[in-house]
Amino acid sequence: MAIERVVVRDRTRFLLRREHRAVRVLALLGLLVLWEATARSGWVPALFLPSPVGVIEETVDMARSGQLLIHLGASLRRLAAGFVLGAGAGIAAGVVVGFFSLAEAVGQPLIAATFPVPKIALLPLLILWLGIGELSKVVVIALGVFFPMAINTAAGVRQADPLLIRAAVSFGAGRVSLIRKVVIPSALPTVFAGLKLGAGTALLLLVAAEMIGAESGIGFLVLQAGNLMETTKLMVGLLVLSVLGVLSHWSLDRLERLVLPWRHT
Amino acid sequence: MRVLVDRVSKVYRDRSGTELAALDAIDLAVESEEFVALVGPSGCGKSTLLGIIAGLLPATSGRVVFEGERRTGTPLAATVFQEFALFPWRTVRANVELGLEELGVSRDERARRARRVLDVTGLAGFEARYPHQLSGGMRQRVGIARALAVEPAVLLMDEPFSALDAQTRTLMMEELLGIWEASRQSVLYVTHNIQEAVYMADRVVVLSRRPGRVLDVVAAGLARPRTESLQGHPAFVGAVERIWSLIRVEAQAAIEDPEA
Repeated sequence: MAIERVVVRDRTRFLLRREHRAVRVLALLGLLVLWEATARSGWVPALFLPSPVGVIEETVDMARSGQLLIHLGASLRRLAAGFVLGAGAGIAAGVVVGFFSLAEAVGQPLIAATFPVPKIALLPLLILWLGIGELSKVVVIALGVFFPMAINTAAGVRQADPLLIRAAVSFGAGRVSLIRKVVIPSALPTVFAGLKLGAGTALLLLVAAEMIGAESGIGFLVLQAGNLMETTKLMVGLLVLSVLGVLSHWSLDRLERLVLPWRHT
Repeated sequence: MRVLVDRVSKVYRDRSGTELAALDAIDLAVESEEFVALVGPSGCGKSTLLGIIAGLLPATSGRVVFEGERRTGTPLAATVFQEFALFPWRTVRANVELGLEELGVSRDERARRARRVLDVTGLAGFEARYPHQLSGGMRQRVGIARALAVEPAVLLMDEPFSALDAQTRTLMMEELLGIWEASRQSVLYVTHNIQEAVYMADRVVVLSRRPGRVLDVVAAGLARPRTESLQGHPAFVGAVERIWSLIRVEAQAAIEDPEA
Protein backbone atom coordinates (compact mmCIF):
# COMPACT_ATOMS: atom_id res chain seq x y z
CA MET A 1 0.00 0.00 0.00
CA ALA A 2 1.25 3.46 -0.84
CA ILE A 3 0.89 6.40 1.52
CA GLU A 4 -1.54 9.05 0.28
CA ARG A 5 -2.48 12.59 1.12
CA VAL A 6 -5.79 13.84 -0.23
CA VAL A 7 -7.40 17.20 0.40
CA VAL A 8 -11.15 16.98 0.85
CA ARG A 9 -13.28 18.78 -1.73
CA ASP A 10 -16.86 19.89 -1.41
CA ARG A 11 -18.75 17.29 -3.39
CA THR A 12 -22.04 19.15 -3.41
CA ARG A 13 -20.95 22.27 -5.24
CA PHE A 14 -22.70 21.25 -8.43
CA LEU A 15 -26.00 21.14 -6.52
CA LEU A 16 -25.82 24.77 -5.58
CA ARG A 17 -28.57 26.93 -7.05
CA ARG A 18 -27.85 30.55 -7.54
CA GLU A 19 -30.46 33.27 -7.49
CA HIS A 20 -29.30 35.14 -10.56
CA ARG A 21 -31.12 38.27 -9.44
CA ALA A 22 -29.82 40.48 -12.19
CA VAL A 23 -30.83 38.00 -14.87
CA ARG A 24 -34.39 37.84 -13.54
CA VAL A 25 -34.93 41.56 -13.90
CA LEU A 26 -33.13 41.73 -17.23
CA ALA A 27 -35.16 38.86 -18.64
CA LEU A 28 -38.41 40.66 -17.98
CA LEU A 29 -37.11 43.95 -19.33
CA GLY A 30 -35.62 42.14 -22.29
CA LEU A 31 -38.97 40.60 -23.14
CA LEU A 32 -40.66 43.99 -23.05
CA VAL A 33 -37.94 45.53 -25.18
CA LEU A 34 -38.18 42.69 -27.68
CA TRP A 35 -41.93 43.09 -27.79
CA GLU A 36 -41.71 46.83 -28.35
CA ALA A 37 -39.08 46.37 -31.04
CA THR A 38 -41.14 43.72 -32.83
CA ALA A 39 -44.21 45.94 -32.80
CA ARG A 40 -42.32 48.97 -34.08
CA SER A 41 -40.54 47.10 -36.83
CA GLY A 42 -43.89 46.27 -38.39
CA TRP A 43 -42.81 42.68 -38.83
CA VAL A 44 -45.98 41.67 -36.94
CA PRO A 45 -48.99 43.87 -37.80
CA ALA A 46 -50.30 46.09 -34.99
CA LEU A 47 -53.61 44.28 -35.26
CA PHE A 48 -52.04 41.14 -33.81
CA LEU A 49 -49.48 42.59 -31.48
CA PRO A 50 -49.85 46.18 -30.28
CA SER A 51 -46.76 47.73 -28.76
CA PRO A 52 -46.47 47.84 -24.98
CA VAL A 53 -46.00 51.58 -25.09
CA GLY A 54 -49.19 51.84 -27.12
CA VAL A 55 -51.04 49.77 -24.55
CA ILE A 56 -49.90 52.07 -21.76
CA GLU A 57 -50.96 55.13 -23.74
CA GLU A 58 -54.37 53.63 -24.43
CA THR A 59 -54.75 52.82 -20.74
CA VAL A 60 -54.06 56.42 -19.82
CA ASP A 61 -56.54 57.59 -22.47
CA MET A 62 -59.24 55.31 -21.24
CA ALA A 63 -58.59 56.38 -17.69
CA ARG A 64 -58.91 60.04 -18.61
CA SER A 65 -62.09 59.55 -20.60
CA GLY A 66 -63.69 57.74 -17.68
CA GLN A 67 -64.25 54.63 -19.75
CA LEU A 68 -61.81 52.62 -17.68
CA LEU A 69 -63.51 53.62 -14.47
CA ILE A 70 -66.93 52.53 -15.72
CA HIS A 71 -65.74 49.07 -16.69
CA LEU A 72 -63.43 48.62 -13.74
CA GLY A 73 -66.09 49.80 -11.34
CA ALA A 74 -68.65 47.37 -12.71
CA SER A 75 -66.21 44.48 -12.49
CA LEU A 76 -65.04 45.33 -9.01
CA ARG A 77 -68.58 45.60 -7.68
CA ARG A 78 -69.49 42.16 -9.02
CA LEU A 79 -66.22 40.66 -7.80
CA ALA A 80 -66.57 42.07 -4.30
CA ALA A 81 -70.20 41.08 -3.93
CA GLY A 82 -69.62 37.57 -5.25
CA PHE A 83 -66.47 37.01 -3.21
CA VAL A 84 -67.95 38.19 0.07
CA LEU A 85 -71.14 36.20 -0.48
CA GLY A 86 -69.31 33.03 -1.49
CA ALA A 87 -66.65 33.27 1.24
CA GLY A 88 -69.19 34.05 3.95
CA ALA A 89 -71.45 31.17 2.99
CA GLY A 90 -68.49 28.86 2.42
CA ILE A 91 -66.90 29.55 5.82
CA ALA A 92 -70.24 29.14 7.59
CA ALA A 93 -70.96 25.87 5.80
CA GLY A 94 -67.41 24.65 6.44
CA VAL A 95 -67.63 25.38 10.17
CA VAL A 96 -70.95 23.53 10.49
CA VAL A 97 -69.77 20.53 8.46
CA GLY A 98 -66.46 20.48 10.34
CA PHE A 99 -68.06 20.48 13.77
CA PHE A 100 -71.19 18.44 13.53
CA SER A 101 -70.94 14.87 12.35
CA LEU A 102 -74.56 14.96 11.25
CA ALA A 103 -73.90 18.00 9.09
CA GLU A 104 -70.86 16.28 7.69
CA ALA A 105 -72.90 13.20 6.80
CA VAL A 106 -75.37 15.42 4.93
CA GLY A 107 -73.01 18.00 3.51
CA GLN A 108 -69.99 15.96 2.48
CA PRO A 109 -71.67 13.88 -0.26
CA LEU A 110 -73.58 16.94 -1.50
CA ILE A 111 -70.41 19.00 -1.85
CA ALA A 112 -68.53 16.09 -3.39
CA ALA A 113 -71.26 15.65 -6.00
CA THR A 114 -71.61 19.31 -6.98
CA PHE A 115 -67.99 20.43 -6.65
CA PRO A 116 -66.67 18.84 -9.88
CA VAL A 117 -69.15 20.74 -12.07
CA PRO A 118 -67.26 23.60 -13.76
CA LYS A 119 -69.06 26.69 -12.50
CA ILE A 120 -68.86 28.39 -15.87
CA ALA A 121 -71.18 25.69 -17.19
CA LEU A 122 -73.76 26.78 -14.65
CA LEU A 123 -73.94 30.26 -16.08
CA PRO A 124 -76.65 29.66 -18.72
CA LEU A 125 -78.78 27.95 -16.08
CA LEU A 126 -78.29 30.82 -13.68
CA ILE A 127 -79.18 33.32 -16.38
CA LEU A 128 -82.35 31.36 -17.02
CA TRP A 129 -83.22 31.40 -13.32
CA LEU A 130 -82.01 34.83 -12.30
CA GLY A 131 -82.04 36.86 -15.48
CA ILE A 132 -79.16 38.38 -17.39
CA GLY A 133 -78.51 41.20 -14.90
CA GLU A 134 -76.11 41.53 -12.01
CA LEU A 135 -77.58 38.76 -9.86
CA SER A 136 -76.67 35.84 -12.08
CA LYS A 137 -73.07 37.12 -12.35
CA VAL A 138 -72.68 37.67 -8.63
CA VAL A 139 -74.17 34.25 -7.89
CA VAL A 140 -71.89 32.38 -10.27
CA ILE A 141 -68.85 34.09 -8.73
CA ALA A 142 -70.19 33.29 -5.26
CA LEU A 143 -70.63 29.64 -6.20
CA GLY A 144 -67.08 29.48 -7.48
CA VAL A 145 -65.77 30.86 -4.18
CA PHE A 146 -68.15 28.87 -1.99
CA PHE A 147 -66.69 25.45 -2.74
CA PRO A 148 -63.00 25.94 -1.98
CA MET A 149 -64.00 27.92 1.13
CA ALA A 150 -66.39 25.28 2.46
CA ILE A 151 -63.97 22.45 1.77
CA ASN A 152 -60.95 24.24 3.21
CA THR A 153 -62.80 25.51 6.27
CA ALA A 154 -64.18 22.07 7.07
CA ALA A 155 -60.73 20.57 6.68
CA GLY A 156 -59.20 23.30 8.83
CA VAL A 157 -61.73 22.77 11.60
CA ARG A 158 -61.24 19.01 11.56
CA GLN A 159 -57.45 19.07 11.62
CA ALA A 160 -57.22 20.85 14.97
CA ASP A 161 -54.39 19.13 16.84
CA PRO A 162 -55.88 16.67 19.37
CA LEU A 163 -52.93 17.31 21.66
CA LEU A 164 -53.80 21.01 21.83
CA ILE A 165 -57.45 20.19 22.47
CA ARG A 166 -56.42 17.90 25.34
CA ALA A 167 -54.15 20.58 26.72
CA ALA A 168 -56.92 23.20 26.59
CA VAL A 169 -59.38 20.81 28.27
CA SER A 170 -56.79 20.02 30.94
CA PHE A 171 -56.74 23.71 31.80
CA GLY A 172 -60.50 23.86 32.09
CA ALA A 173 -61.66 24.82 28.60
CA GLY A 174 -65.26 23.94 27.79
CA ARG A 175 -66.81 23.61 24.36
CA VAL A 176 -67.12 27.33 23.62
CA SER A 177 -63.60 28.10 24.82
CA LEU A 178 -62.26 25.22 22.76
CA ILE A 179 -63.89 26.52 19.60
CA ARG A 180 -62.83 30.12 20.17
CA LYS A 181 -59.34 29.49 21.43
CA VAL A 182 -58.19 26.33 19.70
CA VAL A 183 -60.29 25.21 16.75
CA ILE A 184 -60.76 28.53 14.98
CA PRO A 185 -57.19 29.85 15.31
CA SER A 186 -55.83 26.51 14.13
CA ALA A 187 -58.21 26.51 11.14
CA LEU A 188 -57.36 30.03 10.00
CA PRO A 189 -54.29 29.21 7.89
CA THR A 190 -56.32 26.71 5.87
CA VAL A 191 -59.15 29.22 5.55
CA PHE A 192 -56.73 31.76 4.11
CA ALA A 193 -55.43 29.20 1.66
CA GLY A 194 -59.05 28.74 0.56
CA LEU A 195 -59.49 32.51 0.20
CA LYS A 196 -56.54 32.73 -2.15
CA LEU A 197 -57.86 29.83 -4.22
CA GLY A 198 -61.28 31.44 -4.26
CA ALA A 199 -59.89 34.77 -5.41
CA GLY A 200 -58.42 33.15 -8.51
CA THR A 201 -61.66 31.35 -9.31
CA ALA A 202 -63.66 34.51 -8.72
CA LEU A 203 -61.65 36.45 -11.28
CA LEU A 204 -62.04 33.68 -13.82
CA LEU A 205 -65.79 33.47 -13.37
CA LEU A 206 -66.13 37.25 -13.44
CA VAL A 207 -64.57 37.43 -16.87
CA ALA A 208 -66.65 34.50 -18.14
CA ALA A 209 -69.88 36.01 -16.86
CA GLU A 210 -69.05 39.39 -18.37
CA MET A 211 -68.28 37.82 -21.70
CA ILE A 212 -71.51 35.90 -21.85
CA GLY A 213 -74.03 38.53 -20.94
CA ALA A 214 -72.93 42.01 -19.93
CA GLU A 215 -72.76 45.56 -21.15
CA SER A 216 -69.95 46.70 -18.91
CA GLY A 217 -66.97 45.33 -17.12
CA ILE A 218 -63.45 44.33 -18.08
CA GLY A 219 -64.55 40.98 -19.47
CA PHE A 220 -67.07 42.75 -21.67
CA LEU A 221 -64.36 45.22 -22.70
CA VAL A 222 -62.04 42.43 -23.76
CA LEU A 223 -64.77 40.66 -25.73
CA GLN A 224 -66.01 43.81 -27.44
CA ALA A 225 -62.49 44.97 -28.28
CA GLY A 226 -61.82 41.55 -29.78
CA ASN A 227 -64.99 41.72 -31.89
CA LEU A 228 -64.11 45.21 -33.11
CA MET A 229 -60.49 44.21 -33.70
CA GLU A 230 -59.31 46.90 -31.30
CA THR A 231 -56.38 44.87 -30.11
CA THR A 232 -54.82 47.66 -28.08
CA LYS A 233 -57.99 48.07 -26.04
CA LEU A 234 -58.07 44.31 -25.62
CA MET A 235 -54.57 44.37 -24.23
CA VAL A 236 -55.57 47.12 -21.83
CA GLY A 237 -58.27 44.79 -20.56
CA LEU A 238 -55.76 42.00 -20.10
CA LEU A 239 -53.38 44.32 -18.32
CA VAL A 240 -56.10 45.43 -15.93
CA LEU A 241 -57.08 41.83 -15.23
CA SER A 242 -53.50 40.92 -14.55
CA VAL A 243 -53.15 43.81 -12.12
CA LEU A 244 -56.41 42.82 -10.43
CA GLY A 245 -55.11 39.30 -9.96
CA VAL A 246 -51.82 40.42 -8.50
CA LEU A 247 -53.49 43.00 -6.25
CA SER A 248 -56.05 40.57 -4.85
CA HIS A 249 -53.35 38.05 -4.03
CA TRP A 250 -51.16 40.72 -2.48
CA SER A 251 -53.94 42.16 -0.33
CA LEU A 252 -54.96 38.69 0.88
CA ASP A 253 -51.33 38.13 1.80
CA ARG A 254 -51.22 41.35 3.81
CA LEU A 255 -54.48 40.49 5.50
CA GLU A 256 -53.07 37.11 6.43
CA ARG A 257 -49.97 38.69 7.93
CA LEU A 258 -52.21 40.89 10.02
CA VAL A 259 -54.49 38.13 11.24
CA LEU A 260 -51.84 35.45 11.63
CA PRO A 261 -48.77 37.24 12.99
CA TRP A 262 -47.49 34.00 14.47
CA ARG A 263 -46.95 32.47 11.06
CA HIS A 264 -44.80 35.20 9.68
CA THR A 265 -42.36 36.28 12.35
CA MET B 1 -53.60 17.81 48.81
CA ARG B 2 -52.91 14.13 48.46
CA VAL B 3 -53.93 11.96 45.53
CA LEU B 4 -55.26 8.47 46.09
CA VAL B 5 -55.40 6.10 43.17
CA ASP B 6 -57.74 3.30 44.21
CA ARG B 7 -57.58 0.08 42.16
CA VAL B 8 -57.65 1.90 38.84
CA SER B 9 -57.84 -0.29 35.75
CA LYS B 10 -58.02 0.72 32.12
CA VAL B 11 -59.11 -1.50 29.28
CA TYR B 12 -59.27 -0.16 25.74
CA ARG B 13 -61.92 -1.71 23.56
CA ASP B 14 -61.84 -1.02 19.82
CA ARG B 15 -64.68 -1.15 17.34
CA SER B 16 -64.21 -4.82 16.58
CA GLY B 17 -64.47 -5.66 20.26
CA THR B 18 -60.78 -6.43 20.74
CA GLU B 19 -59.67 -5.59 24.24
CA LEU B 20 -56.35 -4.10 25.24
CA ALA B 21 -55.65 -4.00 28.96
CA ALA B 22 -53.48 -0.96 29.70
CA LEU B 23 -53.60 -0.76 33.50
CA ASP B 24 -54.31 -3.44 36.08
CA ALA B 25 -55.66 -2.44 39.51
CA ILE B 26 -53.21 0.37 40.25
CA ASP B 27 -52.99 1.47 43.86
CA LEU B 28 -50.81 4.42 44.67
CA ALA B 29 -50.75 7.60 46.73
CA VAL B 30 -49.04 10.91 46.35
CA GLU B 31 -48.86 12.62 49.73
CA SER B 32 -49.12 16.34 50.24
CA GLU B 33 -45.87 18.11 49.24
CA GLU B 34 -44.43 14.83 48.03
CA PHE B 35 -42.58 14.35 44.73
CA VAL B 36 -43.42 10.93 43.30
CA ALA B 37 -41.94 9.53 40.12
CA LEU B 38 -43.59 6.88 37.97
CA VAL B 39 -41.26 4.64 35.96
CA GLY B 40 -41.82 1.66 33.77
CA PRO B 41 -40.89 0.06 30.45
CA SER B 42 -42.38 1.34 27.19
CA GLY B 43 -46.10 0.86 26.87
CA CYS B 44 -46.64 0.20 30.58
CA GLY B 45 -49.48 2.70 30.73
CA LYS B 46 -47.81 5.40 32.78
CA SER B 47 -49.07 8.18 30.52
CA THR B 48 -52.53 6.58 30.52
CA LEU B 49 -52.51 6.63 34.31
CA LEU B 50 -51.54 10.28 34.32
CA GLY B 51 -54.36 11.04 31.89
CA ILE B 52 -56.86 9.32 34.16
CA ILE B 53 -55.63 11.26 37.19
CA ALA B 54 -55.88 14.49 35.20
CA GLY B 55 -59.47 13.69 34.29
CA LEU B 56 -58.65 13.53 30.58
CA LEU B 57 -59.38 9.83 30.29
CA PRO B 58 -62.02 7.71 32.01
CA ALA B 59 -60.90 4.74 34.10
CA THR B 60 -62.58 1.43 33.32
CA SER B 61 -62.79 0.65 37.03
CA GLY B 62 -61.49 2.07 40.27
CA ARG B 63 -61.30 5.75 41.11
CA VAL B 64 -59.00 8.63 41.81
CA VAL B 65 -59.60 10.81 44.86
CA PHE B 66 -58.03 14.14 45.77
CA GLU B 67 -58.06 14.82 49.50
CA GLY B 68 -57.06 17.76 51.60
CA GLU B 69 -57.01 21.53 51.64
CA ARG B 70 -57.14 23.62 48.55
CA ARG B 71 -57.25 27.41 48.14
CA THR B 72 -60.43 28.61 46.50
CA GLY B 73 -60.06 29.34 42.83
CA THR B 74 -57.23 26.89 42.29
CA PRO B 75 -57.68 23.69 40.29
CA LEU B 76 -56.98 20.17 41.51
CA ALA B 77 -54.29 19.49 38.94
CA ALA B 78 -52.39 20.95 36.02
CA THR B 79 -50.46 18.97 33.42
CA VAL B 80 -47.11 19.51 31.72
CA PHE B 81 -46.95 17.63 28.41
CA GLN B 82 -44.04 15.80 26.79
CA GLU B 83 -44.60 17.54 23.45
CA PHE B 84 -45.10 20.93 25.15
CA ALA B 85 -48.62 21.41 23.69
CA LEU B 86 -48.19 25.17 23.40
CA PHE B 87 -50.66 27.14 21.28
CA PRO B 88 -48.68 28.43 18.29
CA TRP B 89 -50.99 31.42 17.77
CA ARG B 90 -50.50 32.69 21.31
CA THR B 91 -47.45 34.51 22.61
CA VAL B 92 -45.54 33.11 25.56
CA ARG B 93 -47.49 35.34 27.94
CA ALA B 94 -50.85 34.43 26.39
CA ASN B 95 -49.99 30.73 26.59
CA VAL B 96 -49.16 31.08 30.28
CA GLU B 97 -52.39 32.99 30.89
CA LEU B 98 -54.66 30.40 29.30
CA GLY B 99 -55.37 28.43 32.47
CA LEU B 100 -55.99 31.66 34.35
CA GLU B 101 -58.48 32.76 31.66
CA GLU B 102 -60.43 29.54 32.09
CA LEU B 103 -60.48 30.09 35.85
CA GLY B 104 -62.10 33.46 35.27
CA VAL B 105 -59.24 35.45 36.74
CA SER B 106 -59.42 39.19 35.96
CA ARG B 107 -57.13 40.67 33.34
CA ASP B 108 -54.90 42.60 35.74
CA GLU B 109 -54.59 39.66 38.11
CA ARG B 110 -53.75 37.38 35.19
CA ALA B 111 -51.01 39.72 34.06
CA ARG B 112 -49.60 39.90 37.57
CA ARG B 113 -49.54 36.15 38.13
CA ALA B 114 -48.20 35.49 34.66
CA ARG B 115 -45.37 37.95 35.16
CA ARG B 116 -44.41 36.34 38.46
CA VAL B 117 -44.37 32.82 37.09
CA LEU B 118 -42.51 33.92 33.94
CA ASP B 119 -39.77 35.39 36.16
CA VAL B 120 -39.52 32.21 38.20
CA THR B 121 -39.17 30.03 35.10
CA GLY B 122 -36.53 32.20 33.46
CA LEU B 123 -38.80 33.53 30.72
CA ALA B 124 -38.57 37.24 31.54
CA GLY B 125 -38.01 39.14 28.31
CA PHE B 126 -39.60 36.43 26.17
CA GLU B 127 -43.24 37.28 26.87
CA ALA B 128 -43.98 38.56 23.39
CA ARG B 129 -42.31 35.74 21.51
CA TYR B 130 -44.20 33.00 19.76
CA PRO B 131 -43.49 29.32 20.51
CA HIS B 132 -41.91 28.66 17.12
CA GLN B 133 -39.26 31.25 17.96
CA LEU B 134 -38.15 29.34 21.05
CA SER B 135 -35.85 26.39 21.62
CA GLY B 136 -37.20 23.13 23.04
CA GLY B 137 -35.99 23.92 26.53
CA MET B 138 -37.62 27.34 26.47
CA ARG B 139 -40.87 25.87 25.18
CA GLN B 140 -41.05 23.44 28.06
CA ARG B 141 -40.35 26.30 30.45
CA VAL B 142 -43.50 27.87 29.04
CA GLY B 143 -45.34 24.59 29.57
CA ILE B 144 -44.18 24.51 33.17
CA ALA B 145 -45.01 28.18 33.67
CA ARG B 146 -48.49 27.63 32.28
CA ALA B 147 -49.10 24.82 34.77
CA LEU B 148 -47.63 26.71 37.72
CA ALA B 149 -49.61 29.85 36.94
CA VAL B 150 -52.90 28.27 38.00
CA GLU B 151 -51.36 27.18 41.33
CA PRO B 152 -52.65 23.61 41.15
CA ALA B 153 -52.81 21.37 44.20
CA VAL B 154 -51.07 18.64 42.23
CA LEU B 155 -48.62 19.00 39.34
CA LEU B 156 -48.79 16.21 36.78
CA MET B 157 -45.77 15.90 34.52
CA ASP B 158 -45.76 13.50 31.59
CA GLU B 159 -42.14 12.88 30.60
CA PRO B 160 -41.65 16.65 30.49
CA PHE B 161 -38.01 16.52 29.43
CA SER B 162 -38.01 13.49 27.14
CA ALA B 163 -38.17 15.62 24.01
CA LEU B 164 -35.05 17.57 25.00
CA ASP B 165 -31.39 16.74 24.50
CA ALA B 166 -29.49 15.32 27.47
CA GLN B 167 -27.66 18.52 28.38
CA THR B 168 -30.79 20.68 28.33
CA ARG B 169 -32.58 17.96 30.24
CA THR B 170 -30.05 17.96 33.08
CA LEU B 171 -30.26 21.71 33.47
CA MET B 172 -34.07 21.77 33.27
CA MET B 173 -34.32 19.06 35.93
CA GLU B 174 -32.27 21.11 38.34
CA GLU B 175 -34.30 24.18 37.49
CA LEU B 176 -37.56 22.37 38.11
CA LEU B 177 -36.42 21.12 41.50
CA GLY B 178 -35.40 24.66 42.43
CA ILE B 179 -38.83 26.00 41.46
CA TRP B 180 -40.57 23.14 43.23
CA GLU B 181 -38.69 23.67 46.51
CA ALA B 182 -40.36 27.08 46.68
CA SER B 183 -43.94 26.06 45.95
CA ARG B 184 -43.94 22.42 47.08
CA GLN B 185 -47.07 21.13 45.37
CA SER B 186 -47.58 17.38 45.23
CA VAL B 187 -45.97 16.21 42.01
CA LEU B 188 -46.51 13.06 39.99
CA TYR B 189 -43.66 12.81 37.50
CA VAL B 190 -43.75 10.23 34.74
CA THR B 191 -40.48 9.22 33.12
CA HIS B 192 -38.84 6.25 31.46
CA ASN B 193 -35.42 7.33 32.75
CA ILE B 194 -34.58 5.66 36.05
CA GLN B 195 -31.75 8.02 36.99
CA GLU B 196 -34.05 10.96 36.39
CA ALA B 197 -36.75 9.39 38.57
CA VAL B 198 -34.43 8.76 41.54
CA TYR B 199 -32.79 12.17 41.19
CA MET B 200 -36.04 14.10 41.23
CA ALA B 201 -38.33 12.11 43.50
CA ASP B 202 -38.96 11.20 47.14
CA ARG B 203 -40.43 7.86 46.09
CA VAL B 204 -40.43 5.97 42.80
CA VAL B 205 -43.38 3.84 41.76
CA VAL B 206 -42.28 1.06 39.40
CA LEU B 207 -44.77 -0.28 36.88
CA SER B 208 -44.61 -3.56 35.00
CA ARG B 209 -45.08 -3.79 31.26
CA ARG B 210 -48.57 -3.91 29.76
CA PRO B 211 -50.95 -4.35 31.48
CA GLY B 212 -49.26 -2.04 33.98
CA ARG B 213 -49.29 -3.17 37.60
CA VAL B 214 -47.36 -1.70 40.49
CA LEU B 215 -44.27 -3.85 40.94
CA ASP B 216 -42.80 -1.93 43.83
CA VAL B 217 -42.40 1.49 45.39
CA VAL B 218 -38.78 2.42 46.00
CA ALA B 219 -37.83 5.27 48.30
CA ALA B 220 -35.08 7.43 46.83
CA GLY B 221 -33.65 8.01 50.31
CA LEU B 222 -31.71 11.12 49.37
CA ALA B 223 -31.50 14.46 51.13
CA ARG B 224 -32.74 17.68 49.60
CA PRO B 225 -31.74 19.94 48.00
CA ARG B 226 -30.51 17.48 45.40
CA THR B 227 -27.14 18.21 43.84
CA GLU B 228 -25.31 16.80 40.84
CA SER B 229 -22.75 15.10 43.04
CA LEU B 230 -25.51 12.92 44.45
CA GLN B 231 -25.38 10.84 41.31
CA GLY B 232 -22.35 8.97 42.64
CA HIS B 233 -23.80 8.52 46.12
CA PRO B 234 -24.29 4.86 47.16
CA ALA B 235 -27.93 5.46 48.11
CA PHE B 236 -28.59 6.86 44.63
CA VAL B 237 -26.80 4.05 42.84
CA GLY B 238 -28.49 1.46 45.05
CA ALA B 239 -31.96 2.81 44.32
CA VAL B 240 -31.29 2.96 40.59
CA GLU B 241 -29.98 -0.60 40.53
CA ARG B 242 -32.89 -1.87 42.52
CA ILE B 243 -35.37 -0.29 40.13
CA TRP B 244 -33.46 -1.42 37.07
CA SER B 245 -33.38 -5.00 38.28
CA LEU B 246 -37.18 -4.85 38.57
CA ILE B 247 -37.66 -3.30 35.17
CA ARG B 248 -34.96 -5.08 33.21
CA VAL B 249 -36.83 -8.32 32.74
CA GLU B 250 -39.98 -6.42 31.85
CA ALA B 251 -38.15 -4.20 29.37
CA GLN B 252 -36.55 -7.23 27.72
CA ALA B 253 -39.92 -8.90 27.30
CA ALA B 254 -41.38 -5.65 25.98
CA ILE B 255 -38.76 -5.52 23.20
CA GLU B 256 -39.39 -9.10 22.18
CA ASP B 257 -43.17 -8.93 22.37
CA PRO B 258 -44.60 -8.45 18.87
CA GLU B 259 -47.83 -7.05 20.27
CA ALA B 260 -46.24 -4.37 22.42
